[in-house]
Amino acid sequence: MSAKTLTVKKSILDANAERAAINRELLAAHGAVMINIMSSPGSGKTTLLLQTIHRLRDRYSLAVIEGDVASSIDADRIAGQNIPAIQINTSGGCHLDAQMVKNALDALDLDHLDLVFVENIGNLICTANFDLGADKTVVLLSVPEGDDKPYKYPLIFTEADVVLVNKIDVLPYFDFDLDRFPEAITGLNPSAKVLPVCAKTGGGLDRWCSWIEETVAAARVAT
Amino acid sequence: VLSSAEFPILFAARSSSMHEQSIVEALLNLALDSAQKANARKIASINLVVGDYTGVVEDAVNFYFAFLSKDTIAAGARINYTHVGGKLRCRACDILFPLQKRDYRCPQCEGNRVEIVGGRELYIENMEVE
Repeated sequence: MSAKTLTVKKSILDANAERAAINRELLAAHGAVMINIMSSPGSGKTTLLLQTIHRLRDRYSLAVIEGDVASSIDADRIAGQNIPAIQINTSGGCHLDAQMVKNALDALDLDHLDLVFVENIGNLICTANFDLGADKTVVLLSVPEGDDKPYKYPLIFTEADVVLVNKIDVLPYFDFDLDRFPEAITGLNPSAKVLPVCAKTGGGLDRWCSWIEETVAAARVAT
Repeated sequence: VLSSAEFPILFAARSSSMHEQSIVEALLNLALDSAQKANARKIASINLVVGDYTGVVEDAVNFYFAFLSKDTIAAGARINYTHVGGKLRCRACDILFPLQKRDYRCPQCEGNRVEIVGGRELYIENMEVE
């Protein structure tokens, strides 16, 4: 048989995108909203989630899908709040993909859930390539990481509906220019909201929770 | 407090893995699928286009590809890489320019309303098959 050139011109992420679309349909069919939270390790995702659960648990039925490289420390902390938590261990893998999230969604009682948070693996590069089928995407960036991250990792910030700037209580000790930071985000992603928060003390979380409430209300109108 | 035994732990990967393993699995699946549809018996090489923002590293892709393709018609296939740099478009002037080190500013109007138009590519352009 002779050699020939076979034109493919197809993204290797298409298979993931197809599965993400299935997740989106599944969630919509059950009237549940899924929010994908991405950040570097140590930026405060789990603390943010615990505070958010505390504020919203009386209004909504919540669940959390925890992505972790190996341990179940974060899922233990969430389950300690008596919230359904599904742990996905990627055994070293640096991002969640749509199929992993599908497996987790299948383990949840979606009929009785309003809101599913996904805590993605701590990583600003790999996670951005994989659509999970979430309704909204949130990027959490903490002050000690520096305000140059949108220039170093632009892709993830173009995916965000909300960029949370966490640990604003330590602003006096870092060269993080919070006044100019929103411009770096909205230049790249005009529809993104930038919300400064302090997950540890609860500062700024009212606006964050209001945004979640608006998101859930909008999804209910749409279905 | 619930112990970890009381909620499901889903193990996603079969063995130790990293970024490139799942990328390579997707790459291999797409290559095998495309070859099968064309009734090819062997994949000799794959021309892959990789954007700078995807964070995909050649050496790691080659390593996992050699490992994962072992018992397939893609075994021994060479991967040729075409890298695409990060590229921005100014929403005001419509000109294209590369990402500067610490700024998105358009070299013409100095505005920062920009859109990423290059750098997120991750696709198979074509393959040499037999």
